Amino acid sequence: MTDTTQLDSPPADTIDARPLLEVARDPRYLQLVRERSRFSWILTAIMLVVFFGYILLIAFAPELLARRIGGGVTTLGIPLGIAVILCGILLTAIYVHRANRRFDPIIREITQRPGP
Amino acid sequence: MTSSLAPRVAVLLLAAILPAAALADTRLATERGTNWPAVLVFAAFVVVTLGITRWAARRTRTTADFYAAGGGITGFQNGLAIAGDYMSAASFLGISAQIFADGYDGLIYSTGFLVGWPIILFLLAERFRNLGRYTFADVASFRFGQTPVRLFAAFSTLAVVIFYLIAQMVGAGQLITLLFGLPYGFAVGIVGVLMTLYVMFGGMIATTWVQIIKAVLLLGCATVMAFAVLASFDFSPDALFARAIEVKSGLAAAAGAPPAEAAARGASIMAPGNFIKDPISAISFGMALMFGTAGLPHILMRFITVPDAKAARKSVLWATGWIGYFYLLTFIIGFGAIVMVASNPAFLDPGGGLRGGGNMAAVHLASAVGGNLFLGFVSAVAFATILAVVAGLTLAGASAVSHDIYASVLRHGTAKSEDELRVSRITVLVLAAVAILLGILFEKQNVAFMVSLAFALAASGNFPVLLLSILWGGSTTRGVLWGGLVGVLTALVLTVLSPAVWVTTFGFAEAVFPYSSPTIFSMPLAFLAIFIVSKLDRSDRAALDRAGYLEQRVRSETGIGASGAARH
Repeated sequence: MTDTTQLDSPPADTIDARPLLEVARDPRYLQLVRERSRFSWILTAIMLVVFFGYILLIAFAPELLARRIGGGVTTLGIPLGIAVILCGILLTAIYVHRANRRFDPIIREITQRPGP
Repeated sequence: MTSSLAPRVAVLLLAAILPAAALADTRLATERGTNWPAVLVFAAFVVVTLGITRWAARRTRTTADFYAAGGGITGFQNGLAIAGDYMSAASFLGISAQIFADGYDGLIYSTGFLVGWPIILFLLAERFRNLGRYTFADVASFRFGQTPVRLFAAFSTLAVVIFYLIAQMVGAGQLITLLFGLPYGFAVGIVGVLMTLYVMFGGMIATTWVQIIKAVLLLGCATVMAFAVLASFDFSPDALFARAIEVKSGLAAAAGAPPAEAAARGASIMAPGNFIKDPISAISFGMALMFGTAGLPHILMRFITVPDAKAARKSVLWATGWIGYFYLLTFIIGFGAIVMVASNPAFLDPGGGLRGGGNMAAVHLASAVGGNLFLGFVSAVAFATILAVVAGLTLAGASAVSHDIYASVLRHGTAKSEDELRVSRITVLVLAAVAILLGILFEKQNVAFMVSLAFALAASGNFPVLLLSILWGGSTTRGVLWGGLVGVLTALVLTVLSPAVWVTTFGFAEAVFPYSSPTIFSMPLAFLAIFIVSKLDRSDRAALDRAGYLEQRVRSETGIGASGAARH
């Protein structure tokens, strides 16, 4: 079956929005998508490298993680594991900060129907 | 009518719990007498949450209220609710128990459970909010042929939900039996009845608030425990670790190990040990945790409860913060348990094992740092934790049946709101009955693999389908359908052939599939299948699918046409 009702009938509250195909050709929209995609994929890549780097260290160099640091019994593995968790939170915060400051205003501009 | 039923059932339920608890006659409970603080705290939780359910039932009039709380949850509230939905008893009791047993290895699980959240935020959360109405299938099938893709999404949702639910039910039954001394079947029944009440009458509004309350209670308990542990070591983690090594070495020596070996065994808790048997399993398991989180239907559904993409984004930041904080606390709690529980004969059975089973490390630690009152509090919170998670799962399963299968596929989107709600509520009842039944059936089985299976299924089916349908304009109905099926079936078959099922459950000598997680094979296979089948797809439907992408992309990126917050 070919149900495309969702595409044909946007909810009533969006009647004042600009037509989708017009937005799709808007250079500001194209620029936004390019910029945000790049930003998202860079952050994703960092998270993947950090996490799977950590897993690979555990798999191939466990003795490195078992090395004691700072004169006590604490091993290198402990700050590294905690750093992976903190890195996840930090990257999330970086994304939210930039999305709020940079991307949201552009989206507001793009989606508003130009005044009369 | 529905709203006045909840409190009446609550009274009945309490009337059933209190005498049963008083007559309790098993292990932990008898050894210390019935733990009245636990019963009272839990009773208070039940009364408050059922009160909320009653309040929510009055506000649940439409399908939008039932599935999505009318889109009226704020980013901060949703962040807490996500944390409450995600931090299961398995995280709290399971990870602290893992650290109690092996030390460092528990931290590896914690990192894996956390790192899926940034990925959700960077790639999915906002676009999911912009495209979705109620369910995962809404987004996955947005521009595709509705019947096949929705059916796939609904059944894959149900599969993930059922496996996750069984693991939670069995865990709940065992936990409640231990803590409150209730018979196992009775304990599973209480969980089933309570989750039915929350979801059936209060829908997403009640479920959200149950999850928020639980998150606050759990975070509060864990904070107090970690603080108490650190305080007894003058806030020096190194002193805590040193003492934990001493305790473990002492235990090894007492078990007859020569001094050098005992010292080595003690020191081993500070480094990765048994977690990694081989690199393939390690990477595969890491992939399941990371990408599975991004494909869990009950988690994705939470993004529809906020008004817009900005709130969805904010809720991920809050959720990631709370969940990360919680895992750091769990690490301290696990080491605290080594020091305060493993060396104290009061918490050990004659064989030297942990009284009440390995998962009780955090519960005993509560008793060690805060006495009977705090033990009761933590026990009740552990119970509440399970309730919040099963409620979220049940709601996701019920909406897959009522919204995707009934309203969208069978009635082609023409179902009346009240009919859809009725189907939803009936499904909740059926799911609860199935969950109770399976919970009882699997009582003695090893269900540990079921949570990782749920993650593997989500990573191999839902995640590739969702990602490519949102981000790749070339994907087609046929492509995502076949790709999703390939991913899910590969994950399922390989899990059955893996050591956890083939050897442990079926008793064969050697596993056909030697690795502990299938994801490293099943997930790339799903991506590949979607790519190849979509590329080869020359059907009329495929032309429509590709033509629909431009508009879908604009909607997903800008939020134009997104279903808005209900105004009431």
